[in-house]
Amino acid sequence: MAKYLLKRLGYILVSLFFIVTITFFLMKAAPGGPFASERKLPPAIEQQMNEAYGLNDPIIKQYGDYLVNVVKFDFGPSFKYTGQEVSDIIKRSFPYSLILGLEAIFLALAVGVLLGVVAALKHNKFGDYIAMVIAVLGISVPSFIMATILQYIFAIKLQALPVARFESFAHTILPAVALATTPLAFIARLMRSSMLEVLNADYIKTAKSKGMSERVVTYKHALRNAILPVVSYLGPLVVGILTGSFIIEKIFGIPGLGNEFVVSVTNRDYTVIMGTTVFFSVLLLFSILVVDLIYGLVDPRIKVTDGGGKE
Amino acid sequence: MKKLLEVKDLSVSFDTFAGEVKAIRGVTFDLDKNETLAIVGESGSGKSVTAQSLMRLIPMPPGKFTGGSIHFEGEDLTQKSEKQMESIRGQEISMIFQDPMTSLNPTMTVGKQIAEGLIKHQNMSKKAAHDRGIELLKLVGIPNPEARIKQYPHQYSGGMRQRAMIAIALACNPKILIADEPTTALDVTIQAQILDLMRELQEKTGTAIILITHDLGVVANAASRVAVMYGGKIVETGNVDEIFYNPKHPYTWGLLGSMPKLDNEDEELQAIPGSPPDLLDPPKGCPFVTRCPYAMKVCENHMPEYTELSDTQKTACWLLDERAPKVDPPESAKVGGSKVHG
Repeated sequence: MAKYLLKRLGYILVSLFFIVTITFFLMKAAPGGPFASERKLPPAIEQQMNEAYGLNDPIIKQYGDYLVNVVKFDFGPSFKYTGQEVSDIIKRSFPYSLILGLEAIFLALAVGVLLGVVAALKHNKFGDYIAMVIAVLGISVPSFIMATILQYIFAIKLQALPVARFESFAHTILPAVALATTPLAFIARLMRSSMLEVLNADYIKTAKSKGMSERVVTYKHALRNAILPVVSYLGPLVVGILTGSFIIEKIFGIPGLGNEFVVSVTNRDYTVIMGTTVFFSVLLLFSILVVDLIYGLVDPRIKVTDGGGKE
Repeated sequence: MKKLLEVKDLSVSFDTFAGEVKAIRGVTFDLDKNETLAIVGESGSGKSVTAQSLMRLIPMPPGKFTGGSIHFEGEDLTQKSEKQMESIRGQEISMIFQDPMTSLNPTMTVGKQIAEGLIKHQNMSKKAAHDRGIELLKLVGIPNPEARIKQYPHQYSGGMRQRAMIAIALACNPKILIADEPTTALDVTIQAQILDLMRELQEKTGTAIILITHDLGVVANAASRVAVMYGGKIVETGNVDEIFYNPKHPYTWGLLGSMPKLDNEDEELQAIPGSPPDLLDPPKGCPFVTRCPYAMKVCENHMPEYTELSDTQKTACWLLDERAPKVDPPESAKVGGSKVHG
């Protein structure tokens, strides 16, 4: 187990190295710079700024310096907001994204699994059709449309919830729902088909032949087996929620990390771009590792072994 | 003395988009304590539907009883509520399925799967059920049961899984054990072991067994009485000796003839030409008429009545009518005294 974890950590480091390298050169390849704006700076001052931030060095040296700093967990200062370290920006904005993301993941999982199970149990009946209509709508309506529709109905027409910003729990509801819609719909469909398959499995018949009630058969025997595909979808789900949050945070005016990330790209705020990218990547790589570990817990056939692979 | 199980004229149909499939059409048989009844027939003859309707495991709808009764200890199971059936399943009647690879829950330990029924039917504590589980695993011949009980089905071999299945089925000392092709998915050496195990456990517990199979070798090995099914009907019943040495129905002859024999190596494997009838629109007369080499006019439109050949043997064939020509069974259907191999 320890050996397996070490191996996975090694892979994470290798992935991170590639992510850092590719992002760095892509960023440099994009035209413009942090100090290019409508109001042109006097060339002498721009020259001095570039010198101060090391932007006049050859690109390979800049890259080398950056790698060394990243290893030391030093992401450097923001180019745009003077006096702010990249780590400060992440520390300030990440909690918003984290709360939003967790709420959305929870919502997507709870409602998605429930809808899927209901649809499977009421196969080809009214409940099934309702659940699948919701699912198809959820998959086909993009999150930014969903967000504006939600804002229009619940905030403007009904005045029930705040339209934007992030101050109380009530503020989180609309963005979390908008963020959760697509993965929720996807999970519902996934859960329905896998539940239908499991309910026809031989071991369900065995459980029934033991005299187990419908309820025990569904929850104790069917659910745990049916949920496996959903667990393996958790990795991509986390990715979806994180990237989805870029747009949602922008629409709802939430000062989260996604918002910060988008702003930093338009500002060519080199250190913030790199810092947030690395941070997101670390988050992602670790959540995939966690999902793999959970998968091993839910399905005893998949053993996390010292060999590193799946048995 | 009343029989343990009496099935009378049982008919089960399935509603499908194409129409009503009449899977079994008037099946009558009975079962005594300590007895092993084999139900044989090819795929689609209605064996498994018969077995599963005894426990009401047929999903309804689309399935439905269209007639007949199943009397278990004097009570009609077709009239029971789902709740009442739950206390019969696993407790009074239990079942072993064909494929041990898929009939155990892969995400639950074998111990838990055994304990479940004990906790439900016998109000055992978790601890007691666990201890009984170890006992049961020992009973079905699984070595090192203390460790094995904590394992998951994928850590068992095929034969051991079927043993575990038997342990689950026998956990609550059921009066009837239905074994639906219990050896089909196992290799031959394991087959013999599983059959021996079932016989041995029957001697110990007195459980009656209904053995569903298409393998006549298994029948010869394990059963005391045989019912031959075809096209949703029982075409011939009798005790093992009668079915093997004095079969009267041409379908039984065909089945016996298609059994591989050890003594004539160069002979090709015999098959019964044709395929079983479409049960969406079952034939009016004898279901075997299209494949029967001795078919007569009368067979097409009239189902023959059972002719009682002895106290135990009954055959539904027009050839046994006194007006029919005398037909002797073909050479291939003759089973030599020692040639019945498992």
